Amino acid sequence: MIKRVTFRNLWLPYLLLLPQLAVTLIFFIWPALQALYQSLLVEDAFGLSTEFVWFENFEELFSDPLYLEAFTNTVVFSFSVAFASMAIALLLAVMADRTIKGATAYKTLLIWPYAVAPAVAGVLWFFMFNPVVGILAYVLRGVGYDWNHYLDGGDAMTLVVIAASWKQISYNFLFFLAGLQAIPRSLIEAAAIDGAGPFKRFWTIIFPLLSPTTFFLLVVNVVYAFFDTFGIIHATTEGGPAGATQILVYKVYSDGFVGLDLGSSAAQSVVLMAIVIALTVVQFRYIERRVEY
Amino acid sequence: MAELHLKGVQKIYQNGFHAIHGIDLDVADGEFIVLVGPSGCGKSTLLRMVAGLETISDGLVEIGGRPVNRLEPADRDIAMVFQNYALYPHMKVYDNMAYGLRNRGTPKDEIDRRVREAAGILELEPLLDRRPNQLSGGQRQRVAMGRAIVREPSVFLFDEPLSNLDAKLRVQMRVEIKRLQRRLAITSLYVTHDQVEAMTMADRLVVMNGGRAEQIGTPIELYDRPATTFVATFIGSPSMNLLEGTVAEGGTSVALVSGSSIGLPDPRPELAGRSVTLGVRPEHLTPTTDGSGMTLRLDLIEQLGADTLLHGHLDGDERRLVTVRLTGHFAPGQDAVQVAATNAVHLFDPQAGSRL
Repeated sequence: MIKRVTFRNLWLPYLLLLPQLAVTLIFFIWPALQALYQSLLVEDAFGLSTEFVWFENFEELFSDPLYLEAFTNTVVFSFSVAFASMAIALLLAVMADRTIKGATAYKTLLIWPYAVAPAVAGVLWFFMFNPVVGILAYVLRGVGYDWNHYLDGGDAMTLVVIAASWKQISYNFLFFLAGLQAIPRSLIEAAAIDGAGPFKRFWTIIFPLLSPTTFFLLVVNVVYAFFDTFGIIHATTEGGPAGATQILVYKVYSDGFVGLDLGSSAAQSVVLMAIVIALTVVQFRYIERRVEY
Repeated sequence: MAELHLKGVQKIYQNGFHAIHGIDLDVADGEFIVLVGPSGCGKSTLLRMVAGLETISDGLVEIGGRPVNRLEPADRDIAMVFQNYALYPHMKVYDNMAYGLRNRGTPKDEIDRRVREAAGILELEPLLDRRPNQLSGGQRQRVAMGRAIVREPSVFLFDEPLSNLDAKLRVQMRVEIKRLQRRLAITSLYVTHDQVEAMTMADRLVVMNGGRAEQIGTPIELYDRPATTFVATFIGSPSMNLLEGTVAEGGTSVALVSGSSIGLPDPRPELAGRSVTLGVRPEHLTPTTDGSGMTLRLDLIEQLGADTLLHGHLDGDERRLVTVRLTGHFAPGQDAVQVAATNAVHLFDPQAGSRL
């Protein structure tokens, strides 16, 4: 039960809310409105002339093949990151759940990458995969693959997916581990008595019972890949080669701050805003419906 | 249908804790054995060792004449009912019951036949399409039973299956489980800490304490001839009164510390002069009307309707609280009553606690 507090003074609750409201208004609502307004304008690069053009920016945007390509890139990138980071995290969590000795040390080590800043993670992988000095590129050349993410769009995408997933594995690992530990042991034992081997137990009992966690992480990871991977891309491929790793967030930056097309950049932000709102709705509406056990 | 044999079974955990100190038990085909004891006595551990959920440190477990020490739980031909039922929450009742059969590659129509038969026995037919969270505690319990019986195992294992139910339902399910076990005649091992449940359900009981079997026997044997003071006080409710005393010359009576004396129905001349613990059950102390016997100074009276429990001190012995059980009502307003022991008294060694 939530305790209801009644204030005698009519203004006190509003006064107490004021700091939070002010922060929200100044740092979230106002810029969002600014972006909305800006998305309806066309400005020259120096801000000397401004024209109100209604939805022209959006019309241009959705007829621009580069933008649609960025959209596709984003979807490929996000789902690759979500899938890779969740699959690896789940594997690690299942193994960590079984460890008896040194479990704490093992878990701590797995959680570390989460503390690494995105840009640093990007640089780390950038060096390892550098076609000239990178050790992984060297290994790949050794097995006959000519790795070069400067020239090959597929290689570049693989690189950013690896860098972005690596960072997210720790987070997913924590949630999966918690999810696994919440499954009553007796269910696993019952399944063992019911003749299910370890693999069958995993796919018929454990995995379905983890589905609330999995769904939650899917949304969180997609949001992460959509919006929080700017640093990784900026530090490694800068959207290249030839826009192969240009994702929506990165395009907002490169069109707005490099290309100085503020109107289009704002319009792209508005599109992203709509996506984030949609994902949040999905998260709130469906994640609360957990399987009971 | 199978016999179950435990020979010198021991459990020593990796941290050195000795949980089970060598248990020997022979269970006949179709017999209902209850493992009973206080929490931490090792009864659940023993059951889980039979199930294959705990490794066996030493000794031998045989099911149907086949050693199973090294077999996986799935290969032991057992079915287990868990305390929390352990129903698969994401499966319907039907699938919960069919899961074990599907894993074993039983043909579909055979699965369907067996599930429906078990559902019929347990009156679960209307619930087959529900999920466990849509069932009441008693229904979940029945599904857990159903999941065990569709497998038609050699041995049933029950791990405190009724302890999550309310008192009324527990009594009802107790009867149902017992009836079902009779009907299917499947060898069963049942763990409980509730001595009433143990007494009413068991063909034979194993009273466990500190990882050892204190006594193995039928409920009546345990009630009539408890082997140790532990069994004596554990079995029977309210528990047996234990009094200190010395066997008198000739072994015909015991002189209590409090000063009075209780006659022995069978004279024990060989024990004369020895100090003993005398056990007498509350229902074997009866009030006398002729002023003979011992004086029980009343402390507390519990009226149960059919019975009345009198708690008090005998002959001013302040250390021991003695309980007397009377049939029928007891007129209030008295602060002392004269009681005498009937013939059923037990003698134990005061140090070892073993029966003399």
